[in-house]
Amino acid sequence: MIEPHNVEIKVNGQLYRGNVEPRMLLSDFIRHELDLTGTHVGCEQGVCGACTILFDGQPVRSCIMLAVQADGHEIRTVEDLSSTGPANDLELHPLQDAFWQAHGLQCGFCTPGFLMTLVAFLEQNPQPSEVEIREAISGNLCRCTGYQNIVEAVSIAAQSMFGEDR
Amino acid sequence: MKPAPFEYLAPDSLSAVVEIMSENGDDAKLLAGGQSLIPAMNFRLVQPMLLIDLNKVSELDYVISNENGELRIGAMTRQRRLETDPTIARQAPLIAETMPHVAHPQIRNRGTIGGSLVHADPAAELPVIMVALDGRLLVRSNSGERWISSSSCFQGIFTTDIKPEEVLIEVAIPPMAPRTGWSFVEFARRKGDYALIGVAAVITLDNSGHCIHARLVYLNAGDTPIEAQQAAAVLINEKLSPALYREAAEVADAAIEPTANIHASVPYLRHLSRVLTVRALDQAATRAMQKIQ
Ligand SMILES: Cc1cc2nc3c(=O)[nH]c(=O)nc-3n(C[C@H](O)[C@H](O)[C@H](O)COP(=O)(O)OP(=O)(O)OC[C@H]3O[C@@H](n4cnc5c(N)ncnc54)[C@H](O)[C@@H]3O)c2cc1C
Ligand code: FES
Ligand code: FES
Repeated sequence: MIEPHNVEIKVNGQLYRGNVEPRMLLSDFIRHELDLTGTHVGCEQGVCGACTILFDGQPVRSCIMLAVQADGHEIRTVEDLSSTGPANDLELHPLQDAFWQAHGLQCGFCTPGFLMTLVAFLEQNPQPSEVEIREAISGNLCRCTGYQNIVEAVSIAAQSMFGEDR
Repeated sequence: MKPAPFEYLAPDSLSAVVEIMSENGDDAKLLAGGQSLIPAMNFRLVQPMLLIDLNKVSELDYVISNENGELRIGAMTRQRRLETDPTIARQAPLIAETMPHVAHPQIRNRGTIGGSLVHADPAAELPVIMVALDGRLLVRSNSGERWISSSSCFQGIFTTDIKPEEVLIEVAIPPMAPRTGWSFVEFARRKGDYALIGVAAVITLDNSGHCIHARLVYLNAGDTPIEAQQAAAVLINEKLSPALYREAAEVADAAIEPTANIHASVPYLRHLSRVLTVRALDQAATRAMQKIQ
């Protein structure tokens, strides 16, 4: 019998304490233990990018990391992007809003992975060119949009988050 | 759960890792970035009894340049750092320039130099670059340390000269000779995908512009990085020209053994190799020329 390990993980700003079996993937831990089902799981082999989260602020594939490896670290998932507005309504993150405006999603399966990849990217590169945007999303697959509207969404988000007349 | 059950240890010192490896040898696996190992465990192609996580061994994450200009990189240095570190960009620009071809940003945030070298995928860029730069690998086990030259390290698909109980701790790259140019080009269907084929070229000229050293190393053109020595020999003592690049590319054709796959036939891969060889030699030679005063 394999002993579970104690872990302490900061999840979207809140401390989680619990036990995990070493072979529990971080993606399964997020979805099944934390019930944060916004993180999607497509290929479970590192190829599609749907499971991308922020690990200590950096985008990583959660399906090819173990939950025990997050012990003592901080993770952020797509649930952390939006906030609660004054009237208790949901306020989208500017990037989410840009995806909505530009029609950057259809079925939405890939979207959480794109968003988590791109929030980190825009922080590092607030005024990206189209080539840079396409390179930034090279590790995320979308079967619906053909990417064009996603690229447009990123330009809109860059403008609304960091543009001059914001 | 996808992977088969295993015990997990995350020691925080290299000496502890070496100790555990000497006791567990074949049953244990080292976990670096996990970007190749965990997918293989998810498929249950690999089922270690014991997984030893190197991610807390911070003493293996470093980039230093010593007095004689040799570059030393710790095995747990992330691929992302290879791409962005100013010391690497200055002393081994071939490494920095090649990194964007290695998978995607999310994967390079986790993947390490050591993991890629030990994994020894014939389609991986870092083993090819190590051979092109004449790098050496330092491994440690309970019976001590030893250096492995990159030309003898890679022995087959996913197979190196590193023994199961040995831990790769460092990679050393000799200083670049004066008037040296470099290039890495590959053809991949999508940015960051494993390439169909690729080549690294390193060229050193003398003061009069004659080639005194040349190296051509191919990616995904055989079971290991393929060094085309006879093709490089074509360039030695010559003033370089496009005709010579084409001749070298023809000679290299005999050294490579690409295999057909669903995306490309062998004749197409050989055609790509010739085209990429000419481009790589041209870029490397141009850069070397620019360093002649
Ligand atoms: C979608 C996808 C695309 C990719 N595309 C590319 C690509 O285009 N080019 C490319 O080169 N790579 C690519 N990779 C692989 C990636 O670069 C991996 O990071 C790399 O192959 C392995 O490095 P790692 O640090 O993740 O090692 P791990 O996966 O942790 O380990 C790999 C192997 O090395 C052993 N090992 C690790 N460190 C040591 C050590 N210090 N001493 C002894 N043994 C050790 C492990 O036990 C294991 O057997 C891709 C991966 C994915 C998921
Ligand atoms: S589910 Fe993780 S990359 Fe596809
Ligand atoms: S919106 Fe359907 S996969 Fe991207």
